[in-house]
Amino acid sequence: MNNRQLFIAFWTILVKEVRRFTRIWAQTLLPPAITMTLYFIIFGNLIGSRIGQMGGFNYMEFIVPGLIMMSVITNSYGNVVSSFYSTKFQRHIEELLVSPTPNWIILSGYVIGGSVRGLLVGLIVTLLSLFFTDLYIHNFWVIVSVVFLTAILFSLGGFINAVFANSFDHISIIPTFVLTPLTYLGGVFYSISLLPEFWQHVSQINPILYMVNTFRYGILGVSDINIGVAYAMIIGVIVILFSYSMYLLNTGKGIRQ
Amino acid sequence: MTTALSIKDLRKVYNNGFEALKGISFDVQEGDFFALLGPNGAGKSTTLGIVSSLVNKSSGQVEVFGYNLDTDASKAKCELGVVPQEFNFNMFEKVEDIVITQAGYYGIPAAEAKKRSEFYLRKLGLWDKRNEPSRSLSGGMKRRLMIARALMHEPRLLILDEPTAGVDIELRRSMWEFLREINAKGTTIILTTHYLEEAESLCRNIGIIDRGKIITNTSMRELLQQLNTETFILDISPAQTECPQLDGYQVTLQGDHTLLVDVEKSQGLNQVFAQLSGQGIEVTSMRNKSNRLEELFVSLVDKTLGDNAKGGAADE
Repeated sequence: MNNRQLFIAFWTILVKEVRRFTRIWAQTLLPPAITMTLYFIIFGNLIGSRIGQMGGFNYMEFIVPGLIMMSVITNSYGNVVSSFYSTKFQRHIEELLVSPTPNWIILSGYVIGGSVRGLLVGLIVTLLSLFFTDLYIHNFWVIVSVVFLTAILFSLGGFINAVFANSFDHISIIPTFVLTPLTYLGGVFYSISLLPEFWQHVSQINPILYMVNTFRYGILGVSDINIGVAYAMIIGVIVILFSYSMYLLNTGKGIRQ
Repeated sequence: MTTALSIKDLRKVYNNGFEALKGISFDVQEGDFFALLGPNGAGKSTTLGIVSSLVNKSSGQVEVFGYNLDTDASKAKCELGVVPQEFNFNMFEKVEDIVITQAGYYGIPAAEAKKRSEFYLRKLGLWDKRNEPSRSLSGGMKRRLMIARALMHEPRLLILDEPTAGVDIELRRSMWEFLREINAKGTTIILTTHYLEEAESLCRNIGIIDRGKIITNTSMRELLQQLNTETFILDISPAQTECPQLDGYQVTLQGDHTLLVDVEKSQGLNQVFAQLSGQGIEVTSMRNKSNRLEELFVSLVDKTLGDNAKGGAADE
């Protein structure tokens, strides 16, 4: 396939993915909007007003970047894991496998498709947050780059989960028992400086802490961790997950007999 | 003549240790209408799965129009269209979206894909259903949708794995006509089917696979010539209550107006007519039983079963 044909194949997968999650918008776009609005009202307004300052900002301002990132993470992951698993389950993955579309295009199409949903939900949550607080922009390029990289990283994670999944139970185990606890413990609702020193060190092995804090730095200009280390970690994990996903696709793990 | 599909020493051992293919080799020439037959579990779907890149082979070589599936996969896949046995499209997508998306996977621009989708959906009687979700189609329509989808990139080799399974007779005949038409225009077709009448009617060459081995690979004409006996169906008058006896022939009365007569190659039909006429029975019409292939198929598979049993006994 020449470059134009490769782009058409990539675009076809991307359009199919976007068409899928917009067709079922009541399951994909509406729930995070409602959930995050409840977070803003309950944690931000009602409880937050009694908490006072966090990291030098009022509590609502502090949690908004974390909640936006939480939406991006769960939706990027959730889109690819459910879409690619359904593709396997209904066997229309075979449409792709018989075609000349190379594996890296298949992976890119699904990952960018998942990222688009993550970013779209992130945008919706950002717009909703404007009803509750003012949003600052400390560094625009940090905001854009880290949210995009995070969406890619968790889309790759969702893809790997889908490859190994053999039932619908398997696609909810990781989000429920790994992703949600890591997100809640990743500095969305608090600054790790509040923790005892030992737990501060433990928190630093949580990758989500780096993404949430980098994003918060882009908006508020404050972070619990070093931004350079955070970028290196995020890019490093993306490279590892992409390589592993390609290995799984090339060997046909979970998709070829 | 160009070889459309070349399979050499193809082996497949599944993870559970089951050896589905034991080194099969065969070629299909360009323009052919080839039947790949075999009992359930013989290795047909595994063979086609490997050719379609849906199953990983253990060893061996597959070439599609000279393009090696290992080293030149992209070109090989462009020449190949696949209609699988089971429905494998997104049940929630619209009919037209399914075929246009498939074209996209082959790098076909949207405008051209749209044009082709209209052509093939009209050709297969699905144009009126183009905006319906695929799950609302009947079983026959779903099969036709898979054929339309497989043709979107206009492959030179089309593989159909039991395309008429569960399809009513009228629709089956119309699908046969369509397949004959695209074959006449140059598309090489490989077909697996359990309806041996279908293979006999459509295919020029045939491979029979059993227990992972090719047991016959020849032309349909040569294969049918191996039959020593042919069965003729005679409609007779007046009605008979008992089966008439014909010297030298095996005769069965089916209903009161129909006779089945087995005629060996060395025998003629004149004696049949003469003997019936002598008994005051008139033959009003005659045809031969069309599922001759079925008899051969059963005898070939039974023979390998017997050979294997003997081999097994010797090993013990």
